[in-house]
Amino acid sequence: MRDLAVETSGLVKIFGKNRAVDGLDLAVPAGTVYGVLGPNGAGKTTAVKMLATLLRPDGGEARVFGHDVLREPDAVRSRVSLTGQYASVDEEMTGMENLVLLGRLLGHRRAAARDRAMRLLEAFGLTEAAGRQVKTYSGGMRRRLDIAASILNTPDLLFLDEPTTGLDPRSRNQVWDIVRIVVAHGTTVLLTTQYLDEADRLAGRIAVIDHGKVIAEGTPGELKSSVGSGSVHVRLRDAARRPEAERVLARELNTPVQLEADPVALTTRISGQDADAGAERASRALAALAASGIVVDDFSLGQPSLDEVFLALTGAPPGERGPARTDHPATGRNAQEEAA
Amino acid sequence: MSTTTESTNTPGSTTTTQNGTTTENGTSFAPASETLGAVLAPGTRPPRPSALSASLTFGWRAMLKIKHVPEQLFDVTAFPIMMTLMFTYLFGGALAGSPTEYLQFLLPGIMVTSVVMITMYTGVEVNKDIEKGVFDRFRTLPIWRPSTMVGYLLGDAFRYTMAATVILVVGLVLGFRPQGGVAGVLGAIALLVAFSFAFSWIWTMFGLLLRSEKSVMGVSMLVLFPLTFLSNVYVDPQTMPGWLQAFVGVNPISHLVSAARSLMAGSPDTGEITWVLVCGAVSIAVFGALTMRLYNRK
Ligand SMILES: Nc1ncnc2c1ncn2[C@@H]1O[C@H](COP(=O)(O)OP(=O)(O)O)[C@@H](O)[C@H]1O
Ligand SMILES: [Mg+2]
Repeated sequence: MRDLAVETSGLVKIFGKNRAVDGLDLAVPAGTVYGVLGPNGAGKTTAVKMLATLLRPDGGEARVFGHDVLREPDAVRSRVSLTGQYASVDEEMTGMENLVLLGRLLGHRRAAARDRAMRLLEAFGLTEAAGRQVKTYSGGMRRRLDIAASILNTPDLLFLDEPTTGLDPRSRNQVWDIVRIVVAHGTTVLLTTQYLDEADRLAGRIAVIDHGKVIAEGTPGELKSSVGSGSVHVRLRDAARRPEAERVLARELNTPVQLEADPVALTTRISGQDADAGAERASRALAALAASGIVVDDFSLGQPSLDEVFLALTGAPPGERGPARTDHPATGRNAQEEAA
Repeated sequence: MSTTTESTNTPGSTTTTQNGTTTENGTSFAPASETLGAVLAPGTRPPRPSALSASLTFGWRAMLKIKHVPEQLFDVTAFPIMMTLMFTYLFGGALAGSPTEYLQFLLPGIMVTSVVMITMYTGVEVNKDIEKGVFDRFRTLPIWRPSTMVGYLLGDAFRYTMAATVILVVGLVLGFRPQGGVAGVLGAIALLVAFSFAFSWIWTMFGLLLRSEKSVMGVSMLVLFPLTFLSNVYVDPQTMPGWLQAFVGVNPISHLVSAARSLMAGSPDTGEITWVLVCGAVSIAVFGALTMRLYNRK
């Protein structure tokens, strides 16, 4: 078996009456990107903060590379690094100063810290902005600087808490590229996100969490197959052919077809076992449309959204499972089991 | 006809970016694997810094912040000048016959008052940083934990020295003539800065304890006003009612003022100086410990 970077069992954090993390069990293999997927308020940040020794757990156990977060915090701190959900760089200082400061705090001598900072700024496309105060940076630049600060000392485990929330698509792609490079150099990455798409692109395994517990865990393929591969959107050239197209799609994909408000558009879901099979069936359906002489102007195969994943896993959209939310752990767990 | 398939992206299909190129059009920056690789190379981890080195690094951070936001020095220059001018001319004639004569009595005290008042910015700074999340990063570093706080206070010590110097210069211009000479004045300033450094731990505690910058300010005022005004700074306590004399007598600020006066007058009162140093040590022991407790649990 491979080494585990993170191992938690029954981890609990309670704020007042709110069980923010409520019996979390995670096993993150070293050397991979692990996705923690959940809606706002699921307990992602709270869980990550406990693992990074910023919050004390109220129950359960958490180990990082075998070190207990409560008993050996310094051993954990020397191996992990956290890029928080909210930028943890100093706005009043320049990008360069931020990195040199951290380099010095990690034990580098002044020259070495400057040298490292310079190379990181270059690698992250921030050389020109190096001498500017961080408050003048764009959201994407800030995020990059934040990640640069987190990998200054080549951590064995990097926590990225919603690294792309609020970023434009281009900055998001840059962050993804950085994650891939970092993990290729041997750092384990634990990434939290609200987007299935993001977890799917980056993570080897995903844990879906809601109300502080894991409600599903597996490879992206396994998760998606439990949900269906997503939805197929078709736009026809001729609105008059829509009833016919509807019949063809229903026959080929064996699912109900939805007629959109747009008179040329149709949507349906694919219930295939994995992504590839889904794509295959979708293209067969497309061929069948062409064979019937129906002209398709646009066709896309969309991922299931996080909402759809939740719907499939819990029978309700995120955050709307009223009875499962309770102050009593015992009944909470029962309700959870019933829902599962 | 255009066909877009988004879901054919499997987790293993990252090869296009392994060499650092990105397929996005118009992207001004592409993360470079080679440059990053050099920094990420293993085996370059230095040993953790010593407690002193980490504290000095945080002190450097405080100085950088002064460099970037020099307006904050307004508080440590304008306020002391105003205090000195105001009280010298307001009370001077009535209390000592002339402002210049009163100044000989007032200056050490007004210096203490101004510097001790400025200590409250420590709490405000700490509180601001917590809100911004910078703290979270510091707290995940394997360093001597109090160094973050010591760093703030080192930066503050610079401000205290500056405020004291400003007051001294204003005083000298207005006719303050200390008998203790250069050595006496420097000794008094050193004692004052050392005490303020120790006393500031109460503010790091409140900075961590309270929710907003405003409440930190509020509590600071509540503590500082009685402490500085109910003292021997402005008048001789002998004219006060007994209960007030009792308070003034135990007020550490009174002892600090007496010690500073004695040093500037060239006749150091070892009793008062010892008192001040003991007070400072107790403050660090109590509020320093409480600060670190809060810092670790936050
Ligand atoms: N410091 C705190 N005090 C009180 N409640 C908190 C605190 N931090 C988080 N919570 C609550 O805990 C729950 C989980 O929050 P969080 O971990 O931030 O979720 P996520 O990161 O998944 O959005 C939420 O209901 C949130 O309101
Ligand atoms: Mg969060």
